[in-house]
Amino acid sequence: MSKKIYERPVLRKVVEGIPNKFGSLKRLQPISTIDSVEIDSIIEDYGSPVFVLSESTIRQTYRTAYRAFSTRYPKVQFAWSYKTNYLDSVCRIFHQEGAWAEVVSGFEYEKALDNGTSGTQIIFNGPDKSEEDLIRAINNKSLIHIDHFDELYTILGLTDKLNERPQVAIRVNMDTGIIPQWDRFGFNYENGEAWNAINRLLSGGTVDLIGLHIHIGTYISMSKAYATAVKKLAALANKTFDRFNTIIGYIDVGGGFASQNTLQGAYMPATDTTPSFDDYAHSISTAMIEADFPNNESPMLILETGRALIDDAGWLAGTVIANKRLADGRKSMVIDAGVNLMFTAFWYNHEIYPVHESSFQSEPTTIYGPLCMNIDVIRKNIDFPMLNKGDHFVIKRVGAYTMTQWMQFITYRPNIVMIDKESNVHLIRKAEDKEVFRRQELVPEHLS
Amino acid sequence: MSKLNSLAISDNGFIFKPSTGESFTTNEIGLIIINLLKEEKSADEIINKITEEFDIDAISAGRDLYEYLDFLKREKMLD
Repeated sequence: MSKKIYERPVLRKVVEGIPNKFGSLKRLQPISTIDSVEIDSIIEDYGSPVFVLSESTIRQTYRTAYRAFSTRYPKVQFAWSYKTNYLDSVCRIFHQEGAWAEVVSGFEYEKALDNGTSGTQIIFNGPDKSEEDLIRAINNKSLIHIDHFDELYTILGLTDKLNERPQVAIRVNMDTGIIPQWDRFGFNYENGEAWNAINRLLSGGTVDLIGLHIHIGTYISMSKAYATAVKKLAALANKTFDRFNTIIGYIDVGGGFASQNTLQGAYMPATDTTPSFDDYAHSISTAMIEADFPNNESPMLILETGRALIDDAGWLAGTVIANKRLADGRKSMVIDAGVNLMFTAFWYNHEIYPVHESSFQSEPTTIYGPLCMNIDVIRKNIDFPMLNKGDHFVIKRVGAYTMTQWMQFITYRPNIVMIDKESNVHLIRKAEDKEVFRRQELVPEHLS
Repeated sequence: MSKLNSLAISDNGFIFKPSTGESFTTNEIGLIIINLLKEEKSADEIINKITEEFDIDAISAGRDLYEYLDFLKREKMLD
């Protein structure tokens, strides 16, 4: 006779309280496949933990975003934000879909060229551009977004030595009604610094000012802030036209669209509060159309959306290492993926799911990573089913910033795989091993 | 075991503790453990009983039993 299915014994206190408006907690449904591929089989083939990217989700998300804007405004161009995820396979998908490259360092610039992007389709942002970086970008006719006066004067100085005219935009910061106001990048609008920068650029007659750029912040959940920004940039464009007869060819509203990951401390889940691409597109396109640009011409609208385009396409699958009780009796679980891989766990309440149904019981749990560090917390408090050592879990929406901000700390970084449209799994970044680090290190002779 | 005998326990795992007015719920295995404890069975006897009836090895059953006993002690249902 077969034995009955075992479930760990649980004892839970019945706590009285006022029911909140969300009703009772839902049971966490396991997620066992990504794009029809068994998560267990991915872990078996590529180890644990493992990042998994979905090509279909990347393409679908991009197309949804592009449709939202292109059906509302005539000239729309996306530029893939390399820093959000600069794995070559990811970048190439976005480029295939029609996105340019938006880079913020010489390293990212080189990656964009290697990924086949034409120099004229690279937007070069960021405060750190070396003279060599600038010369290369000028010669390639890339769009250089000037961040500060030192960079501006370096570019003006280079015009004497180079044959190409630099194609530049200035980055503008301003009050758009959101807090905190980002003012460390670019030139301020309200105090006239941006206008000064335009004057200094154009009075020499050696550079082409072709755009205005703004990046108002990150995880902007108020789409109307972009409309405020567009109005101010339109005023700057008009002033530029009146004084220098220069037409601004594009308005770049940067990135900052929120993803559906819930920020820690948020009252409502982000899936309920995050504006959709259509919400953002409506605010921005309406403001662009209503703005009175010079000669009634519509400048191109450039978007550097990163997080909202890639977050949903990334997953992290892994394994439970141990279950423990904390001193006060709370349950804790140790998993094999920590903040070294999930830097974003510092500010998001990441959604984490069991891969298989293991228990009908769940209880408030703190989920720790494997690092020997007290700060290695993936979730502080989540009602989670009781998984056993060796069981698999999967974390949703980890496509943005994890694979670029991850740290090589204590242990190696794992494999990254991508599932293509036919559900084939491809290894797109190999796990590190000791040889990777040996190659980088040099030992002085007296220590060898 | 006198503390356990003072609890009102339903067949489906609802536990009422008259001394404090607190209520608890437990699952099928938890109920079996409480009933065996009331019969004054030892930990080894409880583990044997569980492994005979359920698909679980003795080490895992023991680990879970001792954790459960800690729960009962923390809630002052067991000495």
